[in-house]
Parts: sequence; structure tokens; C-alpha cells
Amino acid sequence: MADAVHIPDEAETRARWGAFAWTAENAEQAKKVIARYPAGRQQSAVMPLLDLAQRQVGAETQTQGWLPVPVMEYIADQLDMPYMRVYEVATFYTMYNLAPVGRYHVQVCGTTPCMLRGSDDVFSACKNKGLVKGGTTPDGLFTLSEVECLGACANAPMVQINDDNYEDLAYDSMSAILDDLAAGKQPKIGPQIDRQTSCPEGGPTSLKDMVKENHDYRGEWA
Amino acid sequence: MSDVIAPLSDKDRIFTNVYGFQDWGIDAAIKRGDWDNTKKLLEIGQDEIIERIKASGLRGRGGAGFPTGMKWSFMPKESKDGRPSFLVINADESEPGSCKDREIIRHDPHKLIEGALVAGFAMRARAAYIYIRGEFIYEAKVLFAAVEQAYEKGFLGKNACGSGYDFDVFVHRGAGAYICGEETAQIESLEGKKGQPRLKPPFPAGAGLYGCPTTVNNVESIAVAPTILRRGSEWFASFGRENNKGTKLFQISGHVNKPCVVEESMGISFKELIDRHCGGIRGGWDNLLAVIPGGSSVPLVPAKQIMDAPMDFDGLKALGSGLGTAAVIVMDKSTDIVRAISRLSYFYKHESCGQCTPCREGTGWMWRVMERLRSGEADIGEIDMLHEVTKQVEGHTICALGDAAAWPIQGLIRHFRPEIERRINENKGSAPVMEAAE
Repeated sequence: MADAVHIPDEAETRARWGAFAWTAENAEQAKKVIARYPAGRQQSAVMPLLDLAQRQVGAETQTQGWLPVPVMEYIADQLDMPYMRVYEVATFYTMYNLAPVGRYHVQVCGTTPCMLRGSDDVFSACKNKGLVKGGTTPDGLFTLSEVECLGACANAPMVQINDDNYEDLAYDSMSAILDDLAAGKQPKIGPQIDRQTSCPEGGPTSLKDMVKENHDYRGEWA
Repeated sequence: MSDVIAPLSDKDRIFTNVYGFQDWGIDAAIKRGDWDNTKKLLEIGQDEIIERIKASGLRGRGGAGFPTGMKWSFMPKESKDGRPSFLVINADESEPGSCKDREIIRHDPHKLIEGALVAGFAMRARAAYIYIRGEFIYEAKVLFAAVEQAYEKGFLGKNACGSGYDFDVFVHRGAGAYICGEETAQIESLEGKKGQPRLKPPFPAGAGLYGCPTTVNNVESIAVAPTILRRGSEWFASFGRENNKGTKLFQISGHVNKPCVVEESMGISFKELIDRHCGGIRGGWDNLLAVIPGGSSVPLVPAKQIMDAPMDFDGLKALGSGLGTAAVIVMDKSTDIVRAISRLSYFYKHESCGQCTPCREGTGWMWRVMERLRSGEADIGEIDMLHEVTKQVEGHTICALGDAAAWPIQGLIRHFRPEIERRINENKGSAPVMEAAE
């Protein structure tokens, strides 16, 4: 497949990550996660543990993290499942990175609702800042991916960068966000226009009482 | 279209904090009416709760529109072999256009959690797993914290709400696979596997999560349940048209002046929905080209037909489309309609789980031909060939993803064949044969 990622060399990966183990904090968290599922069904914890591991790798490398083979083996051991079953899960779901990514993973939604509202302009903004789809900038700062619908369609077009959504984008606002991140500044999260979440721009057409106070409508129930 | 749907007033809106103007936390939620003597709701009794949900006419809000109360009634009333039952709540909202569960979870999570208890109790489940899509990172944080709050108050866990019933709610995050919105794929994923749908039967109500009886419900279906019980089945059934009752969160995206999420009566006309909440169509009503009324999986409807159509299950089915999740994608005349649908074909190619050959191979094939139609480099005969292939994919796969990939293309060909032919002819440099296209 043309868009398959290039998985890093295994010997190098083993040398770097062969001794992977949870931090004390994550070891606690892993226990908590496993306890969510019935006894003997610990395999259910594979997805949250892969996410946790990717975040730990990210913290150690100052990036958004990825899943080296020895890390997956570590999780397989902990959950008492064959390595291949873990690998299957890691390759099936798109949020697990099979190769290193940059410090900021810029995930631009390109699906139709965002496309209709101008995701092409968002991609142009990325391109003009030197970001290349599927690649990481030479300074290791930005990895650009085109992703499928992220479920914020009433605030299209949008991008998810690391754990945050930036919505109602245009060419200029996207450029500004990338500039801010490159300069080490935290851009404003959420809609980039004057708008409350998914409320119509300019103010609500319903539930106006809620704007100012935590209104209890029960008194009006007939 | 004879029934006139009255505008929904604020007092009848269920999700009062949908825009998050106020705090999502449990104390604020209690002030808005959530967790108000939930014990009393449970005292209605398991079978009676199911009867009342049936009587309310609530149909599943995840897209298929199956009657929710009936679905609950399929669960075993007692466990003959010691297997527990589970409720799985589908928060894997990934259908392009859909963004309602996100608003419920990040702004009104306690409606969902209280609903989980009520529904789980009614179907005699031991616990609920809320499967939230991986990309909803902030939303998952809120949900984890909200569940924690409910435990602290004694609303969940042992003797939930003082009812004598033990019930747990767990949150499980996905990791970016659209297919996990399909109920059996979701169960596979919860078990720690690739999210590939299971063959049915056995149906989840017989053997679902961990081989135990399981019901999978959409977030919105569960979150409206406590309010229905508090205000009565008749109240909920007083909105909408026969067989299409209740209120609904609509999500309007695309070429309207003000895209938004809003709760309205089922059956509101398209025009009224857009005029009342979205500030009209960009460039005016004459500029409307087509609408995908229920998320990417349903066929598009041309402007003329959608204008006065009632936005509900049967109203849109009559137009050869569907309500789906009520994710309304609006396209004006500036839209490259072939590209818009082709982008959806790419989505399905990307999201096909690879289990069934017609879908795995077909989605890629259909997308490549769609791209040829988009650029006009295709041959006229490829339109019919593509249509035939969509028919070969549709209905020949384990789950409905194959159908979902086929329908948007069929809708495009049905309504916009002249436009596709125009591109092909133009690309060939021959004189446009507009007349022949009709």
C-alpha cells in the first residue's frame, strides 16, 4: 500500500526501546484500567494500554509518541496475550502511530463536511508553512496527516493537534495556529471565530436563558 | 406532509446545556433537573420502564431507527446460566456530518450517565460500557470525570441511588476506527480485538460482550430516557408525526449561513429547520443544490425535493434517503458534487475493515472510478458499470458499511447523471450533448 507507514528498523528499535517499562504513575494507571474489565478479560485493556504507552513514549521523546515493537511486546506480556494479537490491534486503529511523529501531530479533517467549508484552505495553510502530508518537518516539530471525519462537523473545517481541537478555521487562522505552536505559544482552543461551541454564530436561536444562568426549565413544565 | 409541526419550545428541550454555556458538572446538572430522585424512576419497575419507553415511540437515534423499548425487551429477564447482561453505549460517533453525541458528552454528560443507570436497570444489566471514539479526547476526559462524580454521590456502584440495585458504568476509549460504530464490531473492540463485525445470529441480546446478553444503544437514545420517564410517554409522543415521535438533535453542516447543533421536533420541515436555526442557505434558497439529510451513508436529495420534506425517518425514506443520525450536510451550487461524493467514497475505502471481499475491494474500486468521473477522464459506460458494482457490494457484506459506501454513489448517479456526463463529454472535447443527457 502506497500510504503504509515505513516501520523503523527493528534492531535499532530494540536497542532503544528494549528496556521499556511503565513509569510508576503509568503502572498505577495501567492497573486501574485493567480493573475496569471482568477478571480473565484483561485483553479488553489492550487499547487503553497502547494509548498509555504511546503517550509515555511521547513524553520520553518530546513528540506525540509511537509504538515500537518492544513496547507492544511489553503490553502483550502484561495482558498475557500473544504479541500478534496486540500488533493486530495497533495496526487496525489509526490513532496508534507505527512510526515516530513530530512534537505536534497536525490532523486535518478532509472529509466532505469539512471539505465543503474549506478544508482545502486549511491544507494550503499547512503546505505554505512547510508541512507535507504524511511527513514530519525537518525540525521535528510538525507531522501532517489528513484524517477522516473527527465528529465536529457543525464547526467545520477543523483540525486536531495533539489533544486539542481547533474549529471554524480559515487559511489565516490556521496559519496563525501553526505560527503560535512553532513559537511555543498555546493558541486558543475550539472555534476560531466568535462563537460558543456548536451554537449558531451570533448567539443561540434556542435556550437563550441558559446563556446567563444555569436555568432550570422544570418550573415551566406543564 | 399534512401535519404541521409546531416549533419546539425551550421548556420541551431535553438537552438544555447543549452549547455548554453552563457547567457540565454534577451539581449544576442536578440544578437543571438531572439525578432528581432517580430512585423513584427505578421504582417504576423494570418491565414498566420498558413499556413506557415503547409507548413514547422512541426510535434508536444512532441511524437505524429501531424502536428502543422493543430492543430493551429482547434482553433476558433472568439469567438461567449465571451469565450477566451488559449495556453498551455507542459513543463512537464517526458518521461524517454527525456531531451530537459529542455535545451531549461534553456539556450534558449526566443525562447520559443517569440514562445508563435507568436503561441498564430496565434491561437487568450488571454494568454499562460507554464506548467513546478515540478522537474525542476532551469529551472522554469530561465523561471519566462525570462518572467519577456520580460514584462519589452514590448514584452508581453498589445500591445505586439507594435503589438496592448494583450498577457500574465504565468508559472505554476507541482509537480511530469508524467501523467500531457497528454494534458487533464495537463488542469485538471492547474485547480487545480488531473491530471487525460479527456474523449475526447470534444477536448481541443472546451472545454479545464476553458472550453475555448485550444491548448496544446510541448515546442520544439512552440520554433521553430519564426525561421521558419523568415527563411521561405521552409528552414525548406529542412531538413529531405518527411512527416518528419525539425531539431530536439535528446537526447542520455545510453551506448554511450558521451551521449548528440544535434540538427540534422530529418532522420539522427542512426549510423551517434551516431558516429558524441556521440563518438560511448561503446565497439564498435559490442557491441550494442538494442535501445529504442523515449523515454520509444516506443518498443525497436534490434541492427541489428536500425543501418541504419532513425531517424524520419516514419522510426522508419516502425521498429515497434516510434520517440516519439527523446529520444534515447542505450543499449549495458552488459545490463540486462529484467531488463531494467521491470524498465520501474515499472515506469508506479508508474505513472498510477488510473482512469481506466485496467491501474491501469494492470500496477502493468505487473510489477510483469516482475519481475518474470527477475529472471526466472516464468513459460514459463507466457510469452504469459503477452503478452495477455498487449493487454487487450492497447487501453482500457482513455489516452495513458496504451498503453505506454504495448508497451515496447510487444517489449521485440517480440525481446528477447529466452533470457526470457533461464532465466526460467536456473532457473529450466533443460538443456537449446536454439533451442526450436527460
